[in-house]
Amino acid sequence: MKIIKIDKNDWTRGIDKSRETYQLFGPVTDSGQSIFKQLDKNAYPEMGGTNSVMSPKSVLFPQTEKILAASLDASMENHHIMQRPAADYSRRAVIGIRPYDAKAVRLVKLNFDTADYRDPYWCDAHGATTFVGLAVNQPSAVDFSISMGSGPFGEEGLDVLLVDLEDHYLAKVLTPKGGAYLSDAGFDAAAETDASLTTIETMQLAAEAAITTTVPTDRLQEKALLDLHGAPFWEDLAFTCINCGTCTFVCPTCWCFDIQDETKGKSTSRFRNWDTCMSPLFTLHGSGHNPRGKKTQRVRQRFMHKLKYFLDKYDQGTMCVGCGRCVEKCPVNIDIRSICSTMNAYDPKDVA
Amino acid sequence: MNNYTKNIRKISSNLLEDGRVDLVLGFKRGTLPMASVPGIARTPEEAQGFVWDTNCRLNLANYITDQKEKIGIIAKGCDSRNIVNHIMENKIPRDQVYIIGVPCTGMVDKNRIRALLDDEIKEFKEEGEVILIRGAGQERVLDKEAYLRDNCKICTHRNPVIHDDLVGALVKEQKIEDPFRDVAAIEAMEGEERWNHFEGLLSNCIRCYACRNACPLCYCPACFVDESKPQWIGKGQDPTDIRTFHFLRAYHCAGRCTDCGACEEACPMDIQVRDFTRKLVKDSFEIYGWEPGLTLDRRPPLETFKPEDSDKFIK
Repeated sequence: MKIIKIDKNDWTRGIDKSRETYQLFGPVTDSGQSIFKQLDKNAYPEMGGTNSVMSPKSVLFPQTEKILAASLDASMENHHIMQRPAADYSRRAVIGIRPYDAKAVRLVKLNFDTADYRDPYWCDAHGATTFVGLAVNQPSAVDFSISMGSGPFGEEGLDVLLVDLEDHYLAKVLTPKGGAYLSDAGFDAAAETDASLTTIETMQLAAEAAITTTVPTDRLQEKALLDLHGAPFWEDLAFTCINCGTCTFVCPTCWCFDIQDETKGKSTSRFRNWDTCMSPLFTLHGSGHNPRGKKTQRVRQRFMHKLKYFLDKYDQGTMCVGCGRCVEKCPVNIDIRSICSTMNAYDPKDVA
Repeated sequence: MNNYTKNIRKISSNLLEDGRVDLVLGFKRGTLPMASVPGIARTPEEAQGFVWDTNCRLNLANYITDQKEKIGIIAKGCDSRNIVNHIMENKIPRDQVYIIGVPCTGMVDKNRIRALLDDEIKEFKEEGEVILIRGAGQERVLDKEAYLRDNCKICTHRNPVIHDDLVGALVKEQKIEDPFRDVAAIEAMEGEERWNHFEGLLSNCIRCYACRNACPLCYCPACFVDESKPQWIGKGQDPTDIRTFHFLRAYHCAGRCTDCGACEEACPMDIQVRDFTRKLVKDSFEIYGWEPGLTLDRRPPLETFKPEDSDKFIK
C-alpha cells in the first residue's frame, strides 16, 4: 500500500497541474447549493463541505444526455440516420467524491455494464474517470452508510482515498489509475506506510463510531418477494408522499432514464433524461395501461427496487448506500431508514 | 407539550371516537430536527401522534383533493384559505371536511436557522415565541419572530378564515405597510437584470416538481409538463423547458395562490419559487381587490365576467 502525503499548501498547485491532463469534477457551491459539476478553470473542489445536495452520479450519467443525432437535410450525407454524437471522453477525475457515492458508482455499474448489455455512454465515461475520494471525518446525522455496506472510510469504487488531517491529506493509492492522477498532479511525497495506516485507522474508527444509526438489512433476502409486495404498510406510508422526484434525483444509485426525441429545424436529437418512478408517466405503456398507476404502487416500487429486487437479482447488498440525501431532502421526510427496518422485520404471519 | 398540540390531539381523537370523520390530517414529528411532517390518524390512538410547532410549513389542503372520505383537517390561516379554494373549485364539498383551525403566529425559515450553526442542528426546541437550537458544540437561543419565513412575515390572515373548531384563541392579525415590497423591487429592475434574476433562480432546478406537488392548487389529473399525447414541452434540462414549466405553473396559480410557501418549503434546491407567483398575487389584489380563499360567497375574478367591465379588450 502506497501512501502519499499532500501538504495543503501544495493542494491548489497540484489541482492546477492536474488540469493539464484531466477534466476535473468536484463539489462546488452554486446558488447556495453544493453540487458536483465540471470545475471551471479557476474553480477548486470544495473539500470542507458537508454532503453535497446532488450526488456525483451526473458526472457519468448527466440528467440530460444527447445519445443520438441526425440531420434531416436530404442534401446531407447520412441524413435521417441516427448516429452517436462526438463526446469528450478524455481523462477526467472526480475530486472529493465521498466513499458512499463511490460505492454507488459500483452498484450502478452492475446495471450499465452487464454480460448481455453495455451502456456505451456510461461505460465510456466510467472508463475515463479516476475517483479521488475524501473520507468522511464527521458523518452527518443522516449517514447510515455502514449499515449499507459502505462507511465513512469505505474504499470500494475509489482509486484514491484522501484523509483530511487539518494541514495535510494522507492519500491512500488504491489503484494504478489513482497513482497516475497523483503523479500528474505532482503529489509524490511518500508517507511512512505503517504509521500513516495507523493514523488513518484511528480516524476511521472515530468516524465509524460517530454513526449511531443502524438500519437492519439482514432478513431482507429471506423474505418472499410477494409477501413484501403485498404488505399492508405501503398504503399508509404512501399517503403523505407528494410524488415528486426529489428522492430519486438526489439518490446516487437511481439510474432509471427516459428517452425523448427533439426535432428543431433540420436536425433531430435523441436524449435520455433521468426518470423517476414517482412520476405517473413512469412505466405508462403506449396502450394507456400503467402497471403503477397509483401513488402507492409507485412508492412501493422505489423501496422494493432498492431493498429487495436489486438484492435478489445481483446478491450484492441493497441498492442504497446510506448517504441520507433522500432522508434529508424529502419534503415530507419519508425516511428510508424506517422503511427498511419495517421491511426487514415484516412477517405476514403477524398481520393475520 | 404546548396547548395547541394538546387541543389538536383532543379534538382529533374526539372526532374519530365519535365517528364524525374517517381520518384526521395533521402534522407528526418527523425523523429530523425541524421536520414536522404531514401525517394521518384513523384512530384516537394515532391522533396522539399529532404535534404543532413552528415547523408545520407544508399545506395540508394539498391532501384533500377528490378524497371520498370524511376528513378532519388541521388548518392554519393559509391552509384554511386553500380549503376555501378547494371548495370553490369543487375539489371537495364543504360538509366533507371538518376544519380544526389553528390561529398561527408564523412558521420559521429552516434554512436561515440552519445557517446559524457551523454544523448540523441536532436539537430544536420551542417554548412560546422562543426557540433553542443545539449543534455538536454550539447552542443558540432565538426570537422566533425574527426567523419567520418571508411569506409569514407579511401574512395578514394568520387566523383560519373558515373553521369548525379552534385549537386556541384567535391571534392578532398583522398590519403590513407595504406587503409587495419584494415584487416592487423586481419590477424596478431593468429588463436584463430582471431576466438574470429569474435565470439565477432557475439555474439549479432539477425538475423534480416538488414545488408543484406540494402546492394545493396543482391538482390537475395530468399536468401539462407530464402530458405526452400531445407533448407540450421538452422534458430535459434545456433552460427553455425549465422556464416554461415555472412560468406556466405560476400563471395557473393567478388569482388562486394564497402565498402559503409550500412550494419553497418542498424545493430541495432552495429555489425562491415564490418570486414567480408573488407578482400575480400583487396583480390580483391591485387590479381586482382580490385575495384568494377568503370567502365562499364571491367567485374569483378570473372566472367571472361583468358587462360593465371597464377593459375594452373583453367586449
